[in-house]
Amino acid sequence: MPDIALTGPRGPKPKKRFSRGNIILYGTLIMVSMYYLLPLYVMVVTSLKGMPEIRLGNVFGPPLEVTFQPWVKAWSEACTGLDCTGLSKGFWNSVQILIPSVVLSIAIASVNGYALSHWKFKGSEVFFTILILGAFIPYQTMLYPIVIMLREIGLMGDLWGLVLVHTVFGMPILTLLFRNYFASIPEELFKAARVDGAGFWRIYFQIMLPMALPIFVVAIILQVTGIWNDFLFGVIYTKPATYPMTVQLNNIVNSVQGVKEYNVNMAATLLTGLVPLVIYFASGKLFVRGIAAGAVKG
Amino acid sequence: MSVVEDAAHSSAKGAKRPIRLFRNPMAKIASIPMILTAMVVFVGGTLWTVVHSFTGSRLLPKLNWVGLDQYERLWETPRWLISISNLALYGICSMILTLFIGFFLAALLDRKIRFESAFRTIFLYPFALSFVVTGLAWQWILNPDFGMQSLVQSWGWESFQFDPLNNPDIVMFGLLIAGIWQGSGLIMCIMLAGLRGIDEDIWKAARVDGIGTVKTYVRIVIPMMRPVFITSLVLIASGIIKLYDLVVAQTNGGPGISSEVPAKYVINYMFQAQNLGQGFAASTMMLCSVIIILIPWAYLEFGGRKNA
Amino acid sequence: MKLTTKLLAATAIMSASAASAVELEVTHWWTSGGEAAAVGKFAEAWNATGNTWVDGAIAGSGGTARPIIISRILGGDPMGATQLNHGRQAEELIEAGMMLDLTDVAEAGGWKDIVNPSSLLDSCTLDGKIYCVPVNIHSAQWLWLSHDAYEKAGQPVPTDWNEFVASAPALTEAGIVPLAMGQQGWQQNLAFGAITIAVAGIDAWREVTVNKNADVARGPEYTAVFNAVADARELARESNVQDWNQATNMVITGMAGAQLMGDWAQGEFSVAEQVEGVDYSCLPGLGLNEILDTGGDAFYFPANDDPEITAAQKELAALLISPEVQVSFNLAKGSLPVRGDIDMASANGCMQKGLGILAEGGVLPSGDQSLSADTQTQIEDLMAEFWSGDMPAADAQARYADLIASAD
Repeated sequence: MPDIALTGPRGPKPKKRFSRGNIILYGTLIMVSMYYLLPLYVMVVTSLKGMPEIRLGNVFGPPLEVTFQPWVKAWSEACTGLDCTGLSKGFWNSVQILIPSVVLSIAIASVNGYALSHWKFKGSEVFFTILILGAFIPYQTMLYPIVIMLREIGLMGDLWGLVLVHTVFGMPILTLLFRNYFASIPEELFKAARVDGAGFWRIYFQIMLPMALPIFVVAIILQVTGIWNDFLFGVIYTKPATYPMTVQLNNIVNSVQGVKEYNVNMAATLLTGLVPLVIYFASGKLFVRGIAAGAVKG
Repeated sequence: MSVVEDAAHSSAKGAKRPIRLFRNPMAKIASIPMILTAMVVFVGGTLWTVVHSFTGSRLLPKLNWVGLDQYERLWETPRWLISISNLALYGICSMILTLFIGFFLAALLDRKIRFESAFRTIFLYPFALSFVVTGLAWQWILNPDFGMQSLVQSWGWESFQFDPLNNPDIVMFGLLIAGIWQGSGLIMCIMLAGLRGIDEDIWKAARVDGIGTVKTYVRIVIPMMRPVFITSLVLIASGIIKLYDLVVAQTNGGPGISSEVPAKYVINYMFQAQNLGQGFAASTMMLCSVIIILIPWAYLEFGGRKNA
Repeated sequence: MKLTTKLLAATAIMSASAASAVELEVTHWWTSGGEAAAVGKFAEAWNATGNTWVDGAIAGSGGTARPIIISRILGGDPMGATQLNHGRQAEELIEAGMMLDLTDVAEAGGWKDIVNPSSLLDSCTLDGKIYCVPVNIHSAQWLWLSHDAYEKAGQPVPTDWNEFVASAPALTEAGIVPLAMGQQGWQQNLAFGAITIAVAGIDAWREVTVNKNADVARGPEYTAVFNAVADARELARESNVQDWNQATNMVITGMAGAQLMGDWAQGEFSVAEQVEGVDYSCLPGLGLNEILDTGGDAFYFPANDDPEITAAQKELAALLISPEVQVSFNLAKGSLPVRGDIDMASANGCMQKGLGILAEGGVLPSGDQSLSADTQTQIEDLMAEFWSGDMPAADAQARYADLIASAD
């Protein structure tokens, strides 16, 4: 995994500060930025307006009277059927799915990657290739067999069933990530440890793990955003009581009682997007590395 | 930079370094989850689905063979044909536009500008959001009564019509606007990394030769970035086939069936219409289309490398 | 709504302390205002017995909810009870032994004698055993009209479909959408079904839907149907809402002249405190053919290993069909009760009309009971395509006939 951290610009040098070219350059960038920022801006202002103001019509105008009521409602009062506990339930479900999924998938994938890089055995490369190709198979072809598998082990509809699904589907990319990283650790280090009589696990925990901290951070970022944003698995392998936040969001927004409350919907949408956004803004360049790696997962 | 290249790169390295540690059982035990995932879920699950696509399974999977009936019906079903053509339209437009926008933005950012990281942050943040969030946000902006359309109308252009979510002819463009918004930042990042990988001397040489900026990009830089473009294309393509969440959140296939996509067809027929066989046949067709995309890419990526 | 949830919460707390309380998770897709109020009646009654109703509402139409319900049953994680439209949807689940046999409860309660029409119980029966409890009768053939809208347009409120079509230009002139229509396949299919019974008559309908006779579907009766549907499509052009209750809301607020929707729309009018005959009118059978289908909702109880839960399931089954619960539930839901022996005097005008038709035996089995989910999905897809585009009526008819020909 070479560093995607973007070193210095290499393009042609721009001319003077206020040249025509510069104005066009910055003008274009600002215009494009507006396209990217518009939805976030619209979501924020809509979520801070009251319904009467929204009916007046201008989605782009700032709120004349700021209200946090839509946020409160989205978080703790919005209804799906009789259940009026808002998104908070989905949030906690997502947290409960997220933590074990991230830990389990990274633990398994890092050990896999380690075995594949320093403890190759007959057939290990074949399995690895199949695993990587598996990342390209449309999920739809595996959805139903997984229903059967989860039923057989009694985890259908359970949070742990979904944890398992996330672990399985996170495995190709994470294993690739760790395998490449461990392969870049000097062979001599490994051999020296072997001479000292260290076994599989001791080398993993005492040598590999401490050296692999950066890649663990990348893997965590990748998994947290991926799992938090998942919708397909959540909708198929859970039940209403265990719905993750994305599924609950779609339910709240697309089930209407009387009038659509656009402000509550936008507050709910923002709440759901908040976790990955915070990770994004907090992690900066590491995030770029994580998604560049995770993009293969699609 | 590209992950895909890394895989090829390090597997080449790995091949040179045979390790004779077959005796250690721990490594094998530790690899059991991976082997199970690869063989049982990926290979086993896929084969199971393909096999059952030749059956007349309804609510429950059964092995009552019906030959190619499911496929015949599939290719006669208007909704499937619409799904395929929608995906083709979305796919082609999204590939071209994402590549173009991604490269264009990367090239702008590469011109030693101020606030580069601020702009980069702005272009990339949508990628952190899920398709559900993306779909709902754009559903709201494209709302004909309150959104973009009514805003432009309120500026005095009364006859302005832009209502993609309720107009079957342009609904796919409504999805496209949202999809590109979400995904182009990633391609921009990859392109930017590719541009930074190009030797500064090339720019100097071009300047000495008096070749214009645009010409340098088109004639020299872009051809040099071929692998980056291929990686980007594979990333975009593999995302397109999985297009599902965005449609469910933004249009739910509507109006009518004008924004249906194959992934949604599969799930609807498997679970809603209780016709598993039909859903399996449709998902097998999706698998086939992935294989059609993967093979030329694998050939270009790995077959080409050996010759080089 | 708010009140019911508070009541619910209160009863839930009280019953939590009861000794032998059994928690039953009940899944359903009743999420609109009127529907949620109705399901609250069930929950209240169940919690009052000392048990706990765990509400598993699934948003979206039955199309979204059914797969979730079925995959959970198949996935070995059954809920305590679940709503499903009776008819052919559960056939395979019953055959696979995944549903609880309720025959003993039905015999003890004498369901055979009280359920009216008996076709409802027949749809719950497979090989002589009963697997579901019908809880209400819903019919789809209703036209709901907004008095407000007609007042604005200066027109008398129509008394049948033909008058409605004739009045449409005046509505359009007054800036009112003549026909409100949610852009979802099942709603468009429902409108198609309602128009069919009104225009083609019962014999043609029965020949096509029950006997799957494709020749009749190609014949002149159905040509008239498809032309009428094409007219309706033009009247609904300006309606761009998605959910059925949003469309009903257009009628309630006078933004639209009328809506073709099942009798459950009644619940929305009640929640909005509208009065039948003053604020709105309803025309069963679109005022042309006073005949209603008798689809409806039923509850199934997935088989369970735990005897305590099985006992509770049977208790709930008996409760759902008990007279008091039937009255309170159906009044809130706007549907008709499944038993003929209870007093529905407090029902409003629309429900009384429905009860009258039911008493005279003007009933049909619903499409759910005659067509498989697969065929229904295909027809819904066709209708969704037809309504949202410009497909000529003749093309739609030809494709419809093909679907009927290949239906199983």
